[in-house]
Amino acid sequence: IATFLGRKLQPRPQNEVEETLKRIQGQKGVQGIIIVNAEGIPIKTTLDNSSTVQYAGLIHQLVMKARSTVRDIDPQNDLTFLRVRSKKNEIMIAPDKDYFLIVIQNPSD
Amino acid sequence: MPVVHKTGTVKSKQGSNTQSQKAPAAKTAKAASKKKDEEDGTEMGEGDEWMQGKTLIKPLDQLDLTEAELKEEFTRILTANNPHAPQNIVRYSFKERSYKPISSVDQLAVHFVLEGNLLHQDSDEARRQRAKQGLPEEKATVETAVAEKPETPAAGGEDAGDVEEGGGEERADSVESKVGKKEQKITNQFNFSERASQTLNNPLRERGCQTEPPPRANFSATANQWEIYDVYLEVLQKQEKNKEKAKAVPKKDDDKGKKKMMLVETQSDDITKVAKVAKIIERMVNQNTFDDIAQDFKYFEDASDEYREQEGTLLPLWKFQYDKAKRLSVTALCWNESYKDLFAVGLGSYDFTKQGRGMLVFYSLKNSTFPEYIYPTTSGILCLDIHKHLPYLVAVGFYDGCVAVYNLKEETLQPIYKSTAKSGKHTDPVWQVKWQKDDMDNNHNFFSVSSDGRVVSWTLVKNELVFTDIIKLSLAGAVSEGPEGVQLPIMACGTSFDFHKQIDYLFLVGTEEGKIHKCSKAYSSQFLETYNAHNMAVDAVKWNHFHTKVFISCSSDWTVKIWDHTIKTPMFTFDLNASVGDVAWSPYSSTVFAAVTTDGKVHTFDLSINKYEAICQQPVVAKKKTKLTHIEFNPVYPIIIVGDDRGYVTSLKLSPNLRKKPKEKKGQELPKGPEVEIAKMEKLLSLLREPENSNA
Repeated sequence: IATFLGRKLQPRPQNEVEETLKRIQGQKGVQGIIIVNAEGIPIKTTLDNSSTVQYAGLIHQLVMKARSTVRDIDPQNDLTFLRVRSKKNEIMIAPDKDYFLIVIQNPSD
Repeated sequence: MPVVHKTGTVKSKQGSNTQSQKAPAAKTAKAASKKKDEEDGTEMGEGDEWMQGKTLIKPLDQLDLTEAELKEEFTRILTANNPHAPQNIVRYSFKERSYKPISSVDQLAVHFVLEGNLLHQDSDEARRQRAKQGLPEEKATVETAVAEKPETPAAGGEDAGDVEEGGGEERADSVESKVGKKEQKITNQFNFSERASQTLNNPLRERGCQTEPPPRANFSATANQWEIYDVYLEVLQKQEKNKEKAKAVPKKDDDKGKKKMMLVETQSDDITKVAKVAKIIERMVNQNTFDDIAQDFKYFEDASDEYREQEGTLLPLWKFQYDKAKRLSVTALCWNESYKDLFAVGLGSYDFTKQGRGMLVFYSLKNSTFPEYIYPTTSGILCLDIHKHLPYLVAVGFYDGCVAVYNLKEETLQPIYKSTAKSGKHTDPVWQVKWQKDDMDNNHNFFSVSSDGRVVSWTLVKNELVFTDIIKLSLAGAVSEGPEGVQLPIMACGTSFDFHKQIDYLFLVGTEEGKIHKCSKAYSSQFLETYNAHNMAVDAVKWNHFHTKVFISCSSDWTVKIWDHTIKTPMFTFDLNASVGDVAWSPYSSTVFAAVTTDGKVHTFDLSINKYEAICQQPVVAKKKTKLTHIEFNPVYPIIIVGDDRGYVTSLKLSPNLRKKPKEKKGQELPKGPEVEIAKMEKLLSLLREPENSNA
């Protein structure tokens, strides 16, 4: 086992996701991150509770609709991401099979 | 009845004749006239005899008829038709929008009408009258009987008393019955009886039972085309799995092609499932943050290039840096052929004294803030190469002489192959590695060149790296005295090499002594050719992408030289005023190349535009002390990446002037393809060669 500065080299670290999320949060203009599971229940968030619940509920429906639209047209296709740009900020949604990730960013900041 | 026309010329008769002939329609008149005729006839008979003596007088307007015509018989018919009724009534039919005759006309002729004053006794009017008269009737039946029939007794009013009473008695029943009808029926007083009784009602009982309701659950789902598709896919996959298990064949590798989407699948940790989407989101956020750069990258074309005659500029785009690589300098850059936005950066150190760790880092243009893959290494990396067809295989050469191969699809951070002291690693830093085509056994192999003077070919056989010395670079003639008097040839130090694009076995090696050797894979001890290229070490040597004979070399002696491999002297020489770190040909033009120098500048040349000077000389780093170490052109996009000795990689966009294609002549189609490029270069070279040939 090769060592790097005396520490054991692990296979691809599991906290990579955590780090990625931290990096996203630290990006310019990012207001919040919410991770929502397949039922629409937020499991991780950086916003306050009420906003989180509101975002999760509303966006869940939107994503379902968008995904349904894309897949109805061609079942082999699938939704990769969804951007909702508004006057004040931008909501970015990346859906997965079981989860989806919502990031709210103000790009002009 | 035929009327006999007598030829007797009696006035009245003739008159009647004429009448009858002229007005056939008036049949009743005819009948009347006929009757009259007969009467006349009878009368005429007598008159005839009486009036025989008189002369005939013809009325003036009498028709003159011949004997035959007079004898003509006219038929007269008696019908029941109403002579006054019109024969042809025409009515307008809206259906057919025309006048239509009515088929049958009413022939009824009314002669006399007289309204009567009798009423039916059951009719409404009769009842009303009776009602008016009937009010006093209710009290006394007999009286009513009398009163009711004022009309009938009125007729036979003479027998008033007895007859009336008798009649009244007779009529009593009928009257009574009639009165009864008007009011309620009067029951028979004499023999009518009503009797009612009520039976006992049985008490009602209700019995019911309740069962347990069956368990119910609400179920709702949507049935879309894609949901059905998904289910089918699942079933299909299960079937395939079963088949595979049945065959007991080891599962195939899932080369999904999108190797970047590597999922970390752990059952326990929920958050790791979000890895893929987190990556996508990070890119999206970055796209927003660096939106202007992304737009520039895609769309910006420097308009001012039209005014600058031949010069171009480089527009800085993203800057890539990694925190942990800050102390290291960029020692190698390589674009990925399959994924055009992915490139690899090798980090290490050129400084002999400062040797330590290194890193292999992959960046994507889609995310400039953080690398896609990071591999820390124990020794500094000096060179790397990504396989052309297998974008996940990366060959790396280290400062400590090792070579390694990394597989990006693997989850570990270690290389899958690494050469060790036993397996023939170099004794000196490895300056260049390059993948080759698969050998005859379909094993991947790559070459490496090192300062220990060996060019080695490494083959990936199952789990091992097998090495083969291809050639040993020896200094021509120079030998040194080794221990025990054995003469050892001094090895030259290879610092760079490049393989010919078309001719597989041909390659060039640049050495530390400044010589470039043209070698062949077949000959292990001899060079095909040697060029005295530079005064100092040859830092890079590269074949032209289009023209098969041209290559370029650069060195720390401040020069860049372009050669034709058949000619021993350089075709072009450029002095750049500073030590040149790297040079690269552009993939889109045979006459464009770029070089980076230690003074932080990028020099871009286009030989078809300007043979002597750079068309763009631009400093690309902020701090003046940073030295640029490597440069690479992107195979597809018009951008270049430049690495420096602080661990940064800067990407720059080439302005249009730097990307010029040969101008088309009027009327001619612009020829496309590498032939043009070759021709372009050839033209330039021929200009130079002619004087060369004449000189030689």
